[in-house]
Amino acid sequence: MTTLTEVPETAAARETPARRRRRVDRLPYLLLLPALVIIGVLLLWPLGQVVAMSFYRLNSVRQLRGDREWPWVGLGNYADILSDPFFLTVLRNTVLFAAANVLLTMVLGTLVGLLLNRLGRKMATFVASCVMLAWATPALTGTIVWKWIFDDTSGLVTWLFNALPDGLSNSLFGRSDWTGYGWFNSPLLFFAILTLVVVWHSFPFIAVSVLAGLKSVPSELHEAARVDGASPWRVFWKITFPLLRPVFGILIVLSTIWDFKVFTQQFVLAGGTQDRPTFMLAIYSYAEAFSPPPKYGLGAAIAVILTLILLVVTGFYVRMVLRQEDES
Amino acid sequence: MKKVALNAAGLLVALFAAFPVYWMISTSLKPSNEIFSATPQPVPTHPTLAHYREILTGNLIPGVSFFDFFLNSVLVAVSTVVLSGLVALLAATAVARFRFRLRTSFLIMLLVVQMIPLEALVIPLFLMIQRLGLYNTLPSLILTYLGFSLPFAVWMLRGFVAAVPKELEEAAAIDGASRAQTFRRVLFPLVAPGLVATSIFSFITAWNELIFALTFINDQGSYTLPVAMTFFFGRDDTNWGPVMAASTLFTLPVIIFFLLVQRRMVSGLVAGAVKG
Repeated sequence: MTTLTEVPETAAARETPARRRRRVDRLPYLLLLPALVIIGVLLLWPLGQVVAMSFYRLNSVRQLRGDREWPWVGLGNYADILSDPFFLTVLRNTVLFAAANVLLTMVLGTLVGLLLNRLGRKMATFVASCVMLAWATPALTGTIVWKWIFDDTSGLVTWLFNALPDGLSNSLFGRSDWTGYGWFNSPLLFFAILTLVVVWHSFPFIAVSVLAGLKSVPSELHEAARVDGASPWRVFWKITFPLLRPVFGILIVLSTIWDFKVFTQQFVLAGGTQDRPTFMLAIYSYAEAFSPPPKYGLGAAIAVILTLILLVVTGFYVRMVLRQEDES
Repeated sequence: MKKVALNAAGLLVALFAAFPVYWMISTSLKPSNEIFSATPQPVPTHPTLAHYREILTGNLIPGVSFFDFFLNSVLVAVSTVVLSGLVALLAATAVARFRFRLRTSFLIMLLVVQMIPLEALVIPLFLMIQRLGLYNTLPSLILTYLGFSLPFAVWMLRGFVAAVPKELEEAAAIDGASRAQTFRRVLFPLVAPGLVATSIFSFITAWNELIFALTFINDQGSYTLPVAMTFFFGRDDTNWGPVMAASTLFTLPVIIFFLLVQRRMVSGLVAGAVKG
């Protein structure tokens, strides 16, 4: 009975707004207008400026103010950068760091997401709350705290290494007294600590997103597979992973973009822009542009190169996201 | 047995995630001699609020108190949140509810602008801010952070808008409500939780940002908290007690805000990932 009365109503309801929508075609553009203006003026236009700047030799503030000429150098800045062996170091640092961090964040985040899904209610809430703390901590203070943990006199890590039996410490590392040891001095150690800080900040997002994805998957599938005797490894790759593929896709894109652009953590951990061996593209661009003597054009060219790399790396995923759009 | 292993792993994860935050708060409560002792104390044996008193009553930078910086940061962050929420809601409604010609192009643009290394935009934005006469003012930062937070806010909110059943709006339309009324009375209240969740991203963007705040503001009275902290932190000999106290005061508002909205934020993010 109820279905009989409902059917014509919903049919009518579907029809009217559809017709309305066709009539008010301008509405979506109107709704988009403020966002378009803001993104256009504050992101796209300055980006265009940066691209333009990358074609000029800009070495003084007076040029920026327009008091002096901008000498056109065409692709000169790009040629300078690409022929500089230091650029290769920076590029290698950036790519290796981003790859390692995306991989570590994804693996740790996924494992923690799976774990949260299996834990009892109370335990899951407790662990999730702790994980939230790492996520919520601002990059600035989070990094300052890690810097304190690695302080060379009173830091926790220095103390831990000092607490190792001298013989063991000596045979492993060739020193027993760690007071005054510069944890940030060797590039490799610096990158290890930076990775620790970045992974600590970013795995919670992955974990919680994976958990939310898992919650939306019917648990019967997993149970059935487990009853059939499939190993957890097989269950993950044959059932969980395919179902969560879209979520993983988005998470990898976002992590890649974020990890290629790490700036604040590096800036704070290195104490500015003096530590050239540990430069990555984002901080390299900033340092070239601003540390005296300023080379704004060169800095702009590096930024353009970084943006292009990100576009290429993530282009594949952008296509995937759009395919999802079409399906929905 | 398996249960024990899982719980142990859970505790390990919890420890790794929460320890630095604990260590920050714990250090901020220790007297200086305890902070610089060779053996770190896991728990402050003589807890003291001296570092907080120093931060809150003294001047972080000559002539300007912690509270002034805090207020500047709150002003910038709250304005950014409100403005970007409003604009993002309009745009998210457009992409989640309508199929129109430029929809796909707009979505591509949202993804692409997130790849711009923002530090690269310092110079052009600086010139723009100067020309607008906004140099040394807080609105220069509000405007900048609005641009930075908007793309992700739209991306996230569209999942929330898409999750609201269309039938509700259609019912309102049949009852004679105008588009604007439907928007205000039906869609807005239902998306409000998502809006709260999105706001955390805009809030963190604005609360944290350092480089632009450092470049656009020269007048110490208009410094935001991150800038003030960098100066404070950058002194020759880092005095970790007050630095940790300031860090704690800087972090707590975010953590509180965050814990309030995290559940909704996550569902929105995943919704945004799996459906248009």
